[in-house]
Amino acid sequence: MKKFIVAAVAAAMTFAAGSASAQEEIRIGVEGAYPPFSSVDPSGNLVGFDIEIANALCDEMKVKCTLVTQDWDGIIPALLAKKYDAIIASMSITEERKQKVDFSEKYYNTPARFLRKKGSGIEITAEGLKGKSVGVQRGTIHDTFLTAEFPDVEIKRYGTQDEAYLDMTAGRVDLLLADSVAMDDGFVKTDAGKDYELFGPSYSEPKYFGEGAGIAVRKSDTELRDRLSAAIMAIRANGVYKSINDKYFDFDIY
Amino acid sequence: MDFSVIINELPLYFEGLLLTAQLVPFSLILGFLAAIPVAIMRLSRNPLVNYPAFAFTYFFRGTPLLVQLFLLYAGVGQLDGYSELTKEFDFLKGAYFFALLAFFLNTTAYTAEIFRGAMAETPFGEIEAAKACGMSKWMILRRITIPSALRRALPAYSNEVIFMLHGSALASTITLVDLTGAARIVQSRYYAPFEAFITAGVFYFVLTFLLVWAFRLVEKHFNKHLNRREETIIEVVT
Repeated sequence: MKKFIVAAVAAAMTFAAGSASAQEEIRIGVEGAYPPFSSVDPSGNLVGFDIEIANALCDEMKVKCTLVTQDWDGIIPALLAKKYDAIIASMSITEERKQKVDFSEKYYNTPARFLRKKGSGIEITAEGLKGKSVGVQRGTIHDTFLTAEFPDVEIKRYGTQDEAYLDMTAGRVDLLLADSVAMDDGFVKTDAGKDYELFGPSYSEPKYFGEGAGIAVRKSDTELRDRLSAAIMAIRANGVYKSINDKYFDFDIY
Repeated sequence: MDFSVIINELPLYFEGLLLTAQLVPFSLILGFLAAIPVAIMRLSRNPLVNYPAFAFTYFFRGTPLLVQLFLLYAGVGQLDGYSELTKEFDFLKGAYFFALLAFFLNTTAYTAEIFRGAMAETPFGEIEAAKACGMSKWMILRRITIPSALRRALPAYSNEVIFMLHGSALASTITLVDLTGAARIVQSRYYAPFEAFITAGVFYFVLTFLLVWAFRLVEKHFNKHLNRREETIIEVVT
């Protein structure tokens, strides 16, 4: 019996050592509260465009990936604190963020728009927005844009986009500003969002909105950054990106 | 660490301080006033009076403040017809009312238990003396039990006040920009969690210090009669 245990332990150790050397492990920070890009399904699994892209990139780079969920507020600090090695969370590539982290090439780019309740008749003019409250996710490009360009509206900041949707359906906030695709697929097309609509112009000024969503890594990890960029190009070329894209959207969001 | 970003954002912190300095005293004053009847109900031997008060304090002491806040804010917001109501009643639109309500109910429950304990400990001799003077039940409560219980409850109550101040940080989870809310905005803007939260911590630290100091003065004032040297002065005055 004793011999058997020793043998089993030895076998387990060889196996563990073998698999570790064969496959590098990368931890990826995701948000998990931003449908359809990243959310948690009723059985507790992470699902969404970001998640599938993350897994596809890991397959492409032949590495083992562990996904770590982290609230948006602390998503960059946790990367810097080495809680994970990369962020795949629909993060727009902006100048402010580049001061703290490095970005891969973009993996998608979609504009921002406002959302209102059907029949509310709110218009995006100085007069129309007077006394209105607008909900945004705290610390996003939409927050920065709204704070700078619409100083007269009452801004309500939420930790997650999901909380903003909840307050919208409760009638606590008049408008939301967020990514058009995220709101369309994550809210308007769902049962809870059927009385709401996107309206007004599409906003994509590079000054606020950057060059699209990229993968953030620590500034010292240039090698990982380049491998991720190469992997994005590779899945774009071999059709994997398209098959994921088509599962969620009826147009190419790249 | 780079505290220069904090200097630019100080107005935001003061805005947050203003909200904290509103929410906490309001809920504490309302909670203090409501706690006295609840404590009296808790002391009643009549189950019809005692049990509702018991259920109230049991619920609000038995669940986390964060859960209560989410139940009131997010939970109530999802009820049918709520969004129609917000059109008629403006206060339902904001988070302020719900934060105040949650804090008020929570502090009422804790304060009521503190007062109940203090009232139950009233020395029997004091009540006996009052009875001998011919005071009625209510008069004893008003003149003897409540004042002496409040005096005895002061140290425990000062703890509750400080807990309430620190508990008010949870307001930031429902879109309110209190001190913690300001810190969260600053940290998400500059990705500087240390600087943002240390600054908020310093504000709370100063507020706590002020509270401790104020309670010391209040205790000194109300417990004068327990101080030997001043005893004679009181006798002369009365």
